[in-house]
Amino acid sequence: MKHLMDINDLTTSQIDDLINTANDIIVNPEKYQDICKRKKLATLFFEPSTRTRLSFEAAMVELGGSVIGFSTSDSSSSSKGESVTDTVQTVSFYADIIAMRHPKEGAPLAASRRTSVPIINAGDGGHSHPTQTLADLLTIHREKGRLSNMTVGFCGDLKFGRTVHSLINALSRYDGIEYVFISPKELVIPDYVKANILDKNNIKYIETNKMDEYMPSLDILYMTRVQRERFFNEADYIRLKDSYILTIDKLAKAKKDLSIMHPLPRVNEISVKVDDDPRACYFKQVQNGKYIRMALILMLLDILV
Amino acid sequence: MKIDSIVNGIVLDHIKSGNSMRIYKYLNLEELKCSVAVIRNCRSKKYGIKDVIKIDSIIDINLDVLGYIDPNITVNIIRDGKISEKKHLELPAKLVNVIKCKNPRCITSIEQEIDQVFNLTDRENRIYRCAYCETKSDKEEF
Repeated sequence: MKHLMDINDLTTSQIDDLINTANDIIVNPEKYQDICKRKKLATLFFEPSTRTRLSFEAAMVELGGSVIGFSTSDSSSSSKGESVTDTVQTVSFYADIIAMRHPKEGAPLAASRRTSVPIINAGDGGHSHPTQTLADLLTIHREKGRLSNMTVGFCGDLKFGRTVHSLINALSRYDGIEYVFISPKELVIPDYVKANILDKNNIKYIETNKMDEYMPSLDILYMTRVQRERFFNEADYIRLKDSYILTIDKLAKAKKDLSIMHPLPRVNEISVKVDDDPRACYFKQVQNGKYIRMALILMLLDILV
Repeated sequence: MKIDSIVNGIVLDHIKSGNSMRIYKYLNLEELKCSVAVIRNCRSKKYGIKDVIKIDSIIDINLDVLGYIDPNITVNIIRDGKISEKKHLELPAKLVNVIKCKNPRCITSIEQEIDQVFNLTDRENRIYRCAYCETKSDKEEF
C-alpha cells in the first residue's frame, strides 16, 4: 500500500500492525524519536482544521522528522487557480510524504495519481477521514484490549456522520460485534450502510430513538453531534436535541467499564461534567490519533523498527 | 423497409427499442464517412421489438460504452458478407470518460482535464460509483 485514501485500503492485518506499532510507540517513545530524521511531512490543508493538522505535525516531529505545508488554501497557489494535482505534484518534490485535507470529495485520490510520494487523506469533504477511524480503533483496542465481541452504541447524527459509517465499516470485520443505533428518525443510519455492511455480514443491530433503554448493554458509546442544520424544522430540533445529550444521570445505568467516545469537536452533546468520569475516552482519542498517525507514517515510508 | 446487406462492416443487434439514437450519439457515429443505418422498432423473436444499427465499415467500437448502455447488445463483425465474429457484451468493471459525476462536491467538478472514472460496485443491480466520491451514476442518463 502506497497511499491511504479510505479505511478499506487497509487489510485487517495492516490495521492490526498499525495498532501494534502505535502501542509500542506509546510504551517505547525513545525507540522512535529519531527514526524519521531528515524526512519531511507536508501538511497540505486546503481547508482549516485544528486537531488533524496539528496531530499529523506533532506525529512527524515526535518521529524526529520535520514539517512543511500550509493550513488554508488562501496561502497556497490554489488561490491563483492552480489545480489540486499540480499543487500536490509540486510539493512531492519537497517532501517525503503528504497529508492532505481538501473540501472536495476525492481530491486526495486525484492527487495521488500524479505523485511519487505517499499521500494520506486527512479528510476529503464529507467523504472519508481514515485516520480518525484508525484513532477510534486504537482507542477501542487500548480501552478493551480487543476489537471483537462487544456491543457498540452510536448516538446522534448517524445519517451524515462520515466517522460513524467508517467505524462501522472497520469494526464489522471483527467477530462478535453488535450495534445499537440511537438517533432521531430524521438522522437514522442510511439504508446503504445497512445493506452493504450490516446485512451483508449478518451483523446484529438495533435501531432506537431512546438512549436510556439500551445504555446498560453497551461496551462502547460513540457520541456524535446533532446539527441544527440537518433538521427540516426548528421545532423538531428543539424537541429532539436534548434527548441526545449525555449527562452523568444518563450514565447511571451504564456498565462500569463503558468507554465513551466522540470524534470531537463537541458542542453540547456531552455534558462537561462527564469529562471527569473515568469512562470518558474522547480526549484519549485525540492523543491516540497522534500515535496511530506516527505508526501510519512509518508504514507508508516503509520504515521498519 | 429494405436496408442493403453489409459486405464489410458491423451490425449492432438486439438493441433495446429506443436506445439506438443514444448509442449513435455516444459512439460518435455521426463522425463516420461511411453509411450508417439506424433501424428502429424491428420485430425480434427474443425481445418483441428491438433497434439495430448497421455500419458499412469495420471501425473500433468502444465496447465499454455499449456494455454500460445495454449488455444484451450483440456486436456482429461482417466480413465478405458473412458474420466473422460475434461479440457478446458484459458490464464493464470500469468506465473511463463515458459518464460524468454529477456530485457538485466531487473533485471532478473543478479539476482540469481529470478523467471521469466510474467503477462497477454492484453487478446485479448495475450500480456504478464515481471512483473519487463514490456517488452513484445516474442511470437516467441512458
